[in-house]
Amino acid sequence: MTSAATARVAAARPARQVIARFFDRWSLIVYTLLAVIYLLLPVAVIILFSFNDPAGKSNFVWQGFTIQYWLDPFGPLGLSDAVTLSLVIAFLSTAIATALGTLIALALERYSFRGKGFMNSLIFLPMATPEIIMGASLLTMFVAIGTPPFFPLNFLTILIAHVMFNISYVVVTVRARLAGFPRHLEEAAGDLYANEWQTFWRVTFPLILPGIVAAALLAFSLSIDDFVVTNFTAGGTQTFPMFIYAKSRIGIPVQVNVIGTCIFLIAVGGVAITTLAGRRKQR
Amino acid sequence: MGTFLKRHHWVTPLALLTPGILWLLVFYLWPALQMFIASFWHGTLETGFVFSLDNWTNYPDAVGQFAPFYLRSVVYAAAATMTTFLIAYPLAYTIAFKGGRFKNLMLFLVVAPFFTSFLLRTISWKIILGDVGPIIGPLKGIGVLPQDFHILATPMAVIAGITYNFLPFMTLPVYVALEKVDVRLVEAAKDLYAGPWRPGGLIAGGILGGALMGVLGLVFGVDWAVFAVIGAAFGGFVGWFLVSESFIRVTFPLSLSGVFAGGLLTFIPAIGDYINAELLGNPSTNMIGNVIQNKFLTQNDYPTASALSFAMMAGVLVVVAIYAKVLGTEELSAAAARA
Repeated sequence: MTSAATARVAAARPARQVIARFFDRWSLIVYTLLAVIYLLLPVAVIILFSFNDPAGKSNFVWQGFTIQYWLDPFGPLGLSDAVTLSLVIAFLSTAIATALGTLIALALERYSFRGKGFMNSLIFLPMATPEIIMGASLLTMFVAIGTPPFFPLNFLTILIAHVMFNISYVVVTVRARLAGFPRHLEEAAGDLYANEWQTFWRVTFPLILPGIVAAALLAFSLSIDDFVVTNFTAGGTQTFPMFIYAKSRIGIPVQVNVIGTCIFLIAVGGVAITTLAGRRKQR
Repeated sequence: MGTFLKRHHWVTPLALLTPGILWLLVFYLWPALQMFIASFWHGTLETGFVFSLDNWTNYPDAVGQFAPFYLRSVVYAAAATMTTFLIAYPLAYTIAFKGGRFKNLMLFLVVAPFFTSFLLRTISWKIILGDVGPIIGPLKGIGVLPQDFHILATPMAVIAGITYNFLPFMTLPVYVALEKVDVRLVEAAKDLYAGPWRPGGLIAGGILGGALMGVLGLVFGVDWAVFAVIGAAFGGFVGWFLVSESFIRVTFPLSLSGVFAGGLLTFIPAIGDYINAELLGNPSTNMIGNVIQNKFLTQNDYPTASALSFAMMAGVLVVVAIYAKVLGTEELSAAAARA
């Protein structure tokens, strides 16, 4: 068929079909763009309002552009302590949970033993429990052990809670990586007289490292953003999300948006770097 | 050492498991049991709590008193799960089948909101949906909306907030399921004359859209018939152009496991959520989470709060147990790993 003939056929095609084809082609793409805008709109608002110059205490209405709060990010009393505490807890809970969770993942994926079903359930349940229940039950336990000051709610109780809810996520993430593991490489290492210890550190560990890094990133982001469980286990100690919550009644300082924006940019940058590094390695 | 480990092959897994499992036993399972015990307590924080099985009446007392809050939580969580499904499915479908080389970027954009604070995001919606905010303000200005119109402090705002915050929990499992669909099956269906399904899509989309918007209208307390007509028109339009026989008969059934996983992952946190109700709602939209938080942290009424929490946990466990029995836990774990 010549191109002229094709054009004639196209022109003769009923308008309904043309419209149908147009929608078949574009509707999903337009929809996805709208959905992404919807997902990112609040993030854009957070960033925008970090440059706001609010008239009163509440940062709800756009008043004018200023960078003064970016120059003084830790101005409000207690903010820098809260951010520091959140970071310390996020780092520690990520380190502990990643270590413990990776060990569990190795045991569950590599060995068969009695009670495996129970352990699978024990790992699955924290992910299927509403946060408020985990926080509330931990609080009840701490109260039962001894009303404060015998068992004060503080740094330690927050850390315990964060490690607890992070372990399960680490286990499933690392297990996903272990499931597709090329076992013959380990056998080859054994054939070449490597003992189990050497095989683990020289072969297994480097291969599952991307899974461990992904698990650690997930654990870190869950920990640093956690409010509900922390609120139940913190007592008087204040993390960054708790600072936001406390201030949400009396007006959130603009600096909170500044810090929120920084966390977002660092996280996005971190993921971008990890992804690009992974891609370069593959080549 | 090597021979010892080989002879006692249970030593290695035991050593690997012990620290982590112990942590979960002591800080997940024991607290849960402790909360069950606390629900049989009687007393106050000052005078101390006394355990007695006679205090089983804590359950009917607490649950009876706060039954409307449970009901509200279930309704809001169910409505939000439904809207997340409707928003997330086409999104996951596009990423899985039309993503091409942008697939990873799109997935990243779906989870990107998680990189900012949950509380700050929810507060952002307060700014966006505010009575004089960038959306409602201008619409009021040109007279489209009446002057006393507001979204904040309504059930609609709470449901919208939950929908937004848990959208990735629905999108990722559905994506994982769709990704696994063998496109050869879809092609085979097309070879077997599975064509577009315009009338069916029109009717199905119309009914679905109409019902959903009608329910929302009812909850919102506005003219639900108008809402239902708008929803039916939109749903029918989408159904007419997008739904095909191969989708209804092949793709959608194969993705159902992801839909159920996403439903569970959205519904469970939604039913315990109290942040959206607190920040976007008003006292008349309080959910059971608000009550539990208040009883635990403000009133120190541990027995009542424990009974309320344990009743909720029992309900959730029943749902999870049925789910795990029927569908298994692999899909959920895969989705979590993907996140």
